[in-house]
Amino acid sequence: MSSEWPLWEVFIRGQHGLNHRHVGSLHAPDAEMAVNNARDVYTRRNEGVSIWVVRSSDITASTPSEKGPLFEPSNSKVYRHPTFFDVPEEVGHM
Amino acid sequence: MGAAQQTSTAENAALFEFLLRMGDNALILGHRVSEWCGHAPALEEDIALSNTALDLIGQTQLWLGLAGEVEGRGRSADDLAYLRDGLDFRNVLLVERPNGDFGKTLMRQFLFDAWHYLLLKALKNSSDRRVAEIAEKALKEVSYHLDRSRDLVIRLGDGTAESHRRMQAALDELWPYTGELFMGDAPDASVAADGVAPEPASLKKPWDELVAETLEEATLKTPADGYMQKGGKRGVHTEHLGFILSDLQFLQRAYPGGTW
Amino acid sequence: MYAQMVKTDGARVRSLDEMDPVERAFQERIDAGQKIEPKEWMPEGYRKTLVRQISQHAHSEIVGQLPEGNWITRAPTLERKAILLAKVQDEAGHGLYLYCAAETLGVSRDEMYEQLHSGKAKYSSIFNYPTLSWADIGAVGWLVDGAAIMNQVPLQRCSYGPYARALVRICKEESFHQRQGFDILMNMVKGTPAQKALVQDALNRWWWPSLMMFGPSDDASVHSAQSMAWKIKQNSNDELRQKFVDQTVPQAEYLGLTVPDPDLKWNEEKGGYDFGEPDWSEFFAVIAGNGPCNAERLDARKKAWNDGEWFRDGLVAHAEKARSRRQASRIAAE
Repeated sequence: MSSEWPLWEVFIRGQHGLNHRHVGSLHAPDAEMAVNNARDVYTRRNEGVSIWVVRSSDITASTPSEKGPLFEPSNSKVYRHPTFFDVPEEVGHM
Repeated sequence: MGAAQQTSTAENAALFEFLLRMGDNALILGHRVSEWCGHAPALEEDIALSNTALDLIGQTQLWLGLAGEVEGRGRSADDLAYLRDGLDFRNVLLVERPNGDFGKTLMRQFLFDAWHYLLLKALKNSSDRRVAEIAEKALKEVSYHLDRSRDLVIRLGDGTAESHRRMQAALDELWPYTGELFMGDAPDASVAADGVAPEPASLKKPWDELVAETLEEATLKTPADGYMQKGGKRGVHTEHLGFILSDLQFLQRAYPGGTW
Repeated sequence: MYAQMVKTDGARVRSLDEMDPVERAFQERIDAGQKIEPKEWMPEGYRKTLVRQISQHAHSEIVGQLPEGNWITRAPTLERKAILLAKVQDEAGHGLYLYCAAETLGVSRDEMYEQLHSGKAKYSSIFNYPTLSWADIGAVGWLVDGAAIMNQVPLQRCSYGPYARALVRICKEESFHQRQGFDILMNMVKGTPAQKALVQDALNRWWWPSLMMFGPSDDASVHSAQSMAWKIKQNSNDELRQKFVDQTVPQAEYLGLTVPDPDLKWNEEKGGYDFGEPDWSEFFAVIAGNGPCNAERLDARKKAWNDGEWFRDGLVAHAEKARSRRQASRIAAE
């Protein structure tokens, strides 16, 4: 069996002004073709205005066992989230 | 009938003929490309090629819809697609060539796309607003078809020894069918005189350049312009068209007056 | 169902008390409705079962392109042609999403293809039946996609993240599929008597195979119990079949068709239909490779794969050449 096309992760900006979001993966021989394939596979229903692709093997991920130490500290910083603060009704929309 | 009216009837007939050619090229090539659905060499290609076929079917609806309107006998795009016999089809022979291997399909697509792209670009400035509007929409789609088929021709030409051999064989086999794209006749002259469409021959030079540049990058050898096959534009087709139509038109013929 | 009779490992479902601490923590996360993500610890049985289930689901999508693809060139109008082509293209997309989901579990797409082509991996029994008329295209959309949706909608909540997310995307696209099928039939029954006869004939042939899609009763199956404990299966086969019949019979009546089951009747007490038993010997024969189209379907897939090898290799070779050229020019520039 000959060598398999590498796997790419696809990120699409759905509308102007939004972040690129991971939508899925696909196979392609190189980055240029991965972009083309992403257009054909993941924007069949007008889902995007911009596409990023990155080789799956080039992604460095946090390891699941570190999940505790990496994410729990920010979990405790609830003040980072706007809902932490009670705003009196008279103040109006903030 | 007055002289002015006669002229306009003749002009109308030429425009109708031109629109049939546009619509039939899209219809028959779309048909051929759609034959790959479920059978392409990779899922990603299967999906991409279906997009091309879908674009071409959409363009068929527009061109044949306008053709029916121009003809003024109440025929719809479907009537024209499903109820004409081969002698009345006006597509070039190139688009009815069998798919062959995937390389031949891509080479046929590239040779056609390069012409289609140049033609649509010119048609955007058509004196007929309806033609210009369809061309504008189709050009966006066809620009992408050309990007893709051109890219794949280059990659496969300059890939393995086997992919190179297959692409060269496809090119050599299809080349004699490219001449027809640039041959003009009386209806062509008429629509050109009215500013509706360019003279077919005027596209030859830019097409030659675009194709030569691509083939060079693909390390493929451009064949010499020898004897060119022709006939499709005036209804004299290869044997393949009859089989395409027997597929395409089967239901409409077997169940006349049906509701679909 | 696109994944039928998926086997799990293990003889019975173990209780939390019997599990070691790691597995117990895993099971508790599932019980709490959390998603399991790639590379997190999971029992080998969970991983293997998911690979089987997701790849079978993916194979069903791409083999499922064939019976409908069969009519793309013969669709009766330009609009029907475009709709059908878009639909069959979506099936390829669904197969792609699912293969990618399975790949997160450490199996490559090529390996999964290999298993399909060698006959080791299965796909849904339904795609081994022929599409003999245009009405079959309507019936496949209405019944086959309808049955698939029954199963896929609850699976969007399954415990494995990548599978659940693929199914969300699939379900969004799938409701268009069922509707286009029903729409074909609605038009045909309003047409000529010959057209209406085609529709009844299609229902006669597709009704029982559609009921078989859910698989035999699995109330007593240990595989099914384990899959439910892992939340990679949400409902029993009989539950889904009942739901399908209850939903579909009124639709058949709306079309003016007769469901080919003499035992079919409304049961007021249970608030659902009673219906006859499918011929399970036929189901097992089809699964074993003896359906009307098993050989054609598999041959078509193998041919596409084998004939395409030079194409895939050519593109890999070009990508490598281009990379080394870029490297060489960078070195030359330095």
